[in-house]
Parts: sequence; C-alpha cells; structure tokens
Amino acid sequence: MNVFDIIGPVMIGPSSSHTAGAVRLGRVANKLINGRGLTRVEITLSGSFARTYRGHGTDRALLAGIMGYHSYSPEIRDALEIAQARGIDYAFLKRDIKGAHPNTALIHYWTEDGDEGTVQGASIGGGNILVSRINGMDVRLSGENNTIIVMHRDKPGVIAAVTQVMHWQYADLNISSFYLSRESRGGNSIMTMEVDSLPPEDLMAKIREIDHVTNAILVRRL
Amino acid sequence: MLRYESVSELVAAARDRGVRISDVVLEDQAAVMEKTPLELFEKMEIDLQVMRSAIADGEREGQRSMSGLTGGEGFRMNRYVAEKDGGLCGPFLGRAMAHALAVAGCNASMGRIVAAPTAGSCGILPGCLISLLEEGRIQEREAVMAMFTAGGFGMVIAGRASIAGAQGGCQAECGSAAAMAAAALVELMGGTPDQCADACAIAIASQMGLVCDPVAGLVEIPCIKRNVSGLMIAFSSADLALAGVEARIPADECLDAMREVGDALPASLKETAGGGLAATPTGRRLQEQVFGGEK
Repeated sequence: MNVFDIIGPVMIGPSSSHTAGAVRLGRVANKLINGRGLTRVEITLSGSFARTYRGHGTDRALLAGIMGYHSYSPEIRDALEIAQARGIDYAFLKRDIKGAHPNTALIHYWTEDGDEGTVQGASIGGGNILVSRINGMDVRLSGENNTIIVMHRDKPGVIAAVTQVMHWQYADLNISSFYLSRESRGGNSIMTMEVDSLPPEDLMAKIREIDHVTNAILVRRL
Repeated sequence: MLRYESVSELVAAARDRGVRISDVVLEDQAAVMEKTPLELFEKMEIDLQVMRSAIADGEREGQRSMSGLTGGEGFRMNRYVAEKDGGLCGPFLGRAMAHALAVAGCNASMGRIVAAPTAGSCGILPGCLISLLEEGRIQEREAVMAMFTAGGFGMVIAGRASIAGAQGGCQAECGSAAAMAAAALVELMGGTPDQCADACAIAIASQMGLVCDPVAGLVEIPCIKRNVSGLMIAFSSADLALAGVEARIPADECLDAMREVGDALPASLKETAGGGLAATPTGRRLQEQVFGGEK
C-alpha cells in the first residue's frame, strides 16, 4: 500500500468495488483480447453484482474495461452506447456462481478471428480485484503486483524457456510468486507470475515467440 | 522507512526531526515508490485538480445521480448560502458543505472523483481543502502537502482498523476520511504533529460505531449527506485540537477500538443494505423504485 492507494485512485464513481473494480476486471479480458476486434460479449453477474449492477453502473464499467477504458475514463458512463456503435453484441446474465465471492463477474468474449475466452473474477473492495479463472483454468491474479500471465501448452521446458527469456532480457526482473495450472496433461496451461518491477511491454512479444506459448499478457499493478 | 502501523510512529518521526508529518510521509513514500519527491508532489497536485473539477461538476443545477434518487444537493446548498448570507454556519462552512455534497453527488452520477480514502467518502477532504483555498487562507502547495498528511494517517487507519464500509461500517469510510482531513487541517493551520494526532483521535471518537446502511446498496442515501457530517466533524475536531483540547484516548487506541466495534457490527450494517436506513419502509420503497422486483 502507498499514499496514492489512500488519496486515490482517480476514478469514475459511484463505487470503488462496483464500478472501479469492475472496470479492472474488464481490463483483464481486454489484455487477453489484445487489440483484436470483438463480436460478442456475455457477462454473467453473480451475487451483489447481479442485484445492484444498474445503480452502480457495473454493467457499463465491465464493458468499458473490456473495450480498454480505464477506471478514470469518462467514457464509462456511455459504455453501452459505445459498444453498440462498435458493433459488439453484448448481454448481461444474472446467475449466482456457486461458492464465488459476492461481487463476481464471469466475462465470456468472442473475437473477430474466431477465438473466444473467459475471465472470472471478483471485486473485493476498494477497487481491488481477484481473478480466479481464465479460460476455465485457475489463476491467482490480484493486481497488487505487476503480473505476467502466460498461456501455453503443458510441455517440458516451457517454464524454463519463459523464465530464461525474462532473466536474460531483463536481469533486474524478480519473480515474487509463481502459480501454474493446467487443464490436462499436455493440454492448455497458464502460468501466473507476480514480479517486483514493471517489465516493458515488448517482453510479452518475446515470450509469445517461445515454442508452445499461445499468449502472454502483462497486468500492471492496479 | 515508515511502517504506518501507528499514529504515534508518524508523530514521533516528524517531531524528532522538527518537520511536518507531510514532509516525513512525502520523503518516505518517494523512497518506497522509487521516485523523486517532486514526482509524487506533482501526482498529488493532479488529484487536487480532479477534486476541483468534481466540485464544479457536482454543483451544476441539473446534476442527477444514475439511479435518479439524488441530485442537486450542492447546487441548492450554494444557492442557500448565497441568499441567506451564509445560513446558520456562515459562508465559509456553508460553502464547504456545498463542496462536500457536490463531490459526493458527482460520484453518484458517474463523474470523476478521487477516492479519499473511498468513493463513498470522497467529498470530505476536498470540501475541507478547497474551501480554505478559496478563502485564500492556504496556498495551493500547502494543500497538496496536507494531502500527504491525510494519506499518512489513512495508511495507518487502513492497516490498524479499516477503510472499507463492508468491513468496518461507515465509521471506516466517512469516519476515516474525517480523521484524515482533521489531521491535515491541523497541519495547515500550523498545529503540531501531536495536535494532528489529537484531531484524528477526536474525529474517530466522534463517529465511533457509525453503520454503513446505504439505501438499495447505492452510494447515495445517506452517503452524500454523511460527507457533510464528516466534513463538519473534521473542522470541529481540528479546531478542538488546535485549541489545546487534547484527545483523552490516544489516536492509536481509538483506531483499535474502531476496529473492534467494526468487527462487532452485524453484517446487516456493513454495506449489505440489510439494516439501518436501508431497511426502513421508505428505504425499501426507494429500493423497489430503482430495481423493481430484481432484489
């Protein structure tokens, strides 16, 4: 925690958990989408999100985040209209996700290139988030630290190759936590790595070039 | 490096070096964030500008919240202060109240604000600072520095008690904001670090036990008006401390008590809209009006 966590963040109201946190959840999906065009977004709202999303603008906030806006962007207010103008077909579903935190959203997106993906996370107060699943696999993304997420095939040597690129390119980059999850042996896997400093964006491009890596994203400390 | 585990640590660090708490916090945070003090100062300056524009936005005549339940409070208060020669509390406090209402209203209408420490309590610190600036009683750079004092106290409160309504009730949101603002006001008026701690303690004590009971779960009723009561408590606590009326319970012990009280509050009084004003017949009716049968 630093002084700008207390005096700040600058945000669009009304609620740090139901608005600013919701934008941040959306932004995780935006990172995965990585600039590709969107055709459809389906957002499942669970718990308190399902009951009070309209008054807090949670629906607008999630969509704004998915489209790449920040928690301080005035466009949040008009996010539904902006999505329509961009030709994104969106829907909000209300369904309680069993065992999930009261402020949970499950984002399902489809891109123009025929890809799709999901992000499930909770807004846990003060604008802080906890992303628990990406594409159905367990992750641990809190946004408290800069975090690198690498999606890859479960093959021997991939972790070594990724960390080697990180180390040789940026010797100062220190990993403070590492979490690995996979669908099945040899199948899709996800690494979640929290790092102490902020790595440059082009590191992600270099990681994406590694064999068996399908995507790499950087989620900055929120 | 500071640990921000106690108010007494902040006070001692400033007193030992004969500087303000804001100086200690700015220097420490620059070191922690690996930036220069000037970079941090400039970042805080932007926050002050956002607070100013939030006041302007919230004092517009037609300002309405997203739900339609609230709106126009800042405008009406300003008009009253202008027409009635300041009203009961005088023009200075009257305008400060209008500013607090305006920022909280701006928040409710999906405008841009600075959480200080939260969105629900975002009107208190700007109401205090901007009204002093407008009167020419402080300089811009002093106001920015005072925000570091407020932030330093806020960090201690967040760690030692809570700044989340869902965890500690409204005492943790508007209570914390008032305590932070009170400490900042004391420093701005030339008080000692010990007096800053006294003001913090008095403000916390004044709002001990305040529950978080928002109607329909929205950050509007009673949140917008509680920004005004928080602002008034910030001013009165600062004045008491500056007058030499000491807090009889030290700030750190007040914060420990606030945490204990927050833990003892039932869930229905911690941002769940299950009790308090939210559960009154009118509160329920307004909830129905906004969400229909959804809830």
